[in-house]
Amino acid sequence: MSVGTASPRGPHRESAALAFRGTAGSNDSVPARQRGKSAERGRRPRQLTAGRIGLYCFVAVAAVFFLLPAVVMVLTSLKTMPEIRSGSIFALPASLDLAAWAKAWSSACTGLDCEGIRVGFWNSVIITAPSTVFSIAAGALLGYALSFWRVKGADILFAVLLLGAFLPYQIFLYPMVRAFSMVGLYNTLLCIIIVHVVFGLPIMTLIFRNFYAGLPVELFNAARVDGGGFFRIFWNVMLPMSTPILIVAAILQITNIWNDFILGLVFAGRENLPMTVQLNNVVNSTYGEREYNLNMAATILTAAVPLLVYFVSGRWFVRGIAAGAVKG
Amino acid sequence: MSKTTAASRKRDIAPPTTAGPVDGAPAVSPQAEPSVSVRELDIAFGAHRVITGLDLDIAPGEFLVLLGPSGCGKSTLLNAIAGLLDIADGEIWIDGRNVTWAEPKDRGIGMVFQSYALYPRMSVEKNLSFGLRIAGLPRAEIDARVKRVADLLQLDGLLKRRPAELSGGQRQRVAIGRALVRNVDVFLFDEPLSNLDAKLRNELRVEIKKLHQRLGNTMIYVTHDQIEAMTLADRIAVMRGGVIQQLGPPKEIYRRPVNRFVAGFIGSPSMNFFAGRLEKTGTGLCVKLGDVDVPLDRYGFLAQPEAGREVTFGIRPEHVGLGEAPAGHFAIKGKVELVEAMGADTIVWTSLAGHPLTIRTDGETEIRPGQTIEFGFDPANACLFDAETDLRL
Repeated sequence: MSVGTASPRGPHRESAALAFRGTAGSNDSVPARQRGKSAERGRRPRQLTAGRIGLYCFVAVAAVFFLLPAVVMVLTSLKTMPEIRSGSIFALPASLDLAAWAKAWSSACTGLDCEGIRVGFWNSVIITAPSTVFSIAAGALLGYALSFWRVKGADILFAVLLLGAFLPYQIFLYPMVRAFSMVGLYNTLLCIIIVHVVFGLPIMTLIFRNFYAGLPVELFNAARVDGGGFFRIFWNVMLPMSTPILIVAAILQITNIWNDFILGLVFAGRENLPMTVQLNNVVNSTYGEREYNLNMAATILTAAVPLLVYFVSGRWFVRGIAAGAVKG
Repeated sequence: MSKTTAASRKRDIAPPTTAGPVDGAPAVSPQAEPSVSVRELDIAFGAHRVITGLDLDIAPGEFLVLLGPSGCGKSTLLNAIAGLLDIADGEIWIDGRNVTWAEPKDRGIGMVFQSYALYPRMSVEKNLSFGLRIAGLPRAEIDARVKRVADLLQLDGLLKRRPAELSGGQRQRVAIGRALVRNVDVFLFDEPLSNLDAKLRNELRVEIKKLHQRLGNTMIYVTHDQIEAMTLADRIAVMRGGVIQQLGPPKEIYRRPVNRFVAGFIGSPSMNFFAGRLEKTGTGLCVKLGDVDVPLDRYGFLAQPEAGREVTFGIRPEHVGLGEAPAGHFAIKGKVELVEAMGADTIVWTSLAGHPLTIRTDGETEIRPGQTIEFGFDPANACLFDAETDLRL
């Protein structure tokens, strides 16, 4: 990312190193190469060694191992129940039957409600969208404040926040339930959004603080001389430069919040149960016949959003995973 | 406009010498109010005191260069004047106002940074006008000011571009422009040229000098490059360890360094130093460097020292002449060890009293290593420092 400074790194140093090797290295080899026509010329030849082949085999086996369950899921979801009962799980479906998908989406039963998991889907959207936006906004602002404004006790605050990122959040469940019921918010949409923002804050602050710490402080100083205040500098200077880290943060938060189960189960309330919780209810309905095709379809539908985020974002996703491990 | 110099108020190491009028330097007018005044400034990072009790007055329209090696506190001092870091004690006055606790934007300063610090997502025009837009100036006024600065710095064709689409020199011109549009009296430069290559650096140095002549603003310029300091400054403040070692016009700093540090820091190649001892002769004093005696009858002592004192003797490479020395000059022979051709000049390495000595001579010299040459210098051009205190004698 360019931040307005042209750095003469990389290629420069490399060429210097090469030049050094050319003069100080083996002096007699240089003229030999200049005369040309020797075998050691041009592009490095491709070599397929035994090690390479072994590596590719291992990668292929690993890929099959991880892909098989997904394949079985897709195949099963397309079969009819009689086909499934026949027992060969790797067999291709006799016909492309999307009935299970339709049923899973719009009429699968959880307890007495038979409206499918689309209810959960929309609940998850309603929970994920504001939670993502607010947790990123809070994390970005906090990270900006911690890296540029010398707030008293900033280091201590940051250490406490980091501690929060490493504590298992299950230990907070009961106190938070009590606290929310005391203020009358428990089991509401607002409740689950606040919970997600709070639990997202440590990691969001961490990645934004690290990102802003990498920006030149002179940029901030220039904006201060220009008369920018806290929010003005954040909004007009820092945020426009934050596109890469904003994307990373959004990927992290969307997948985390969408995949969350326990917080949704505990705090969201019956009306707002997210898709993950509803999927569990559909799959674990204990009466009648287990409709494997429907369960598989519902599971794929639930996993579709994080999968889509993954396929669309590509390299950003990898950066997002790495961002959790960057320097502190 | 009238250019004035205010004498420095206090110095820690350097003896109080007023900056006398040397050619090119502004005339002294002590009663004029300084443009920027730093009074008994203390700066500390945690328990580490970076600057202690520093005083500095800068006259209106003066070009002051803060010069020193890395970590000498020059950028810290500049940032304190700009209000970008909190000071521990003391006062800062700009244009007759105490701005010690004022925000940077309220100090009447413009600042240019080493890394340009342009806002990468804004066009050149938006970069220039950012501060004006924050201040809420009317659109017409903003446009007029941006246009004036763009004309001044030849940025007309670049206004719609992003910083990433500019060359290094263009970026730094935009950064200077951003300081200019603020219409302030004091400009602060924090090593503005050190990110540029040598050719551009020279071009922009000349541009900055012209700009100063044209605008007549007070400029405070931080650099570790002595060429920039010598060429740009009305006065140079040489700093080390958070203390101003010497404050004066470039010529005085060059000719009469107050201590050994200043003498060694200014000049390239740097001054030759030799350890020696003062001894009495029939006509006055001489300095004994090993087995060589250099007469000091022509040397201007600040105060006549007693014989027997241990001293450091310094002579600049450009003050040593080759060939037969005129009467009154010190002359000696030496063997050439190394010859460095630098194009316009040649640096000849020989030895004096068993210690290496460099001589700067013209680029056409035929001197070769191994030769024995005759060289000499005028002792009036030498510098003598007390071996213990390193202060000039």
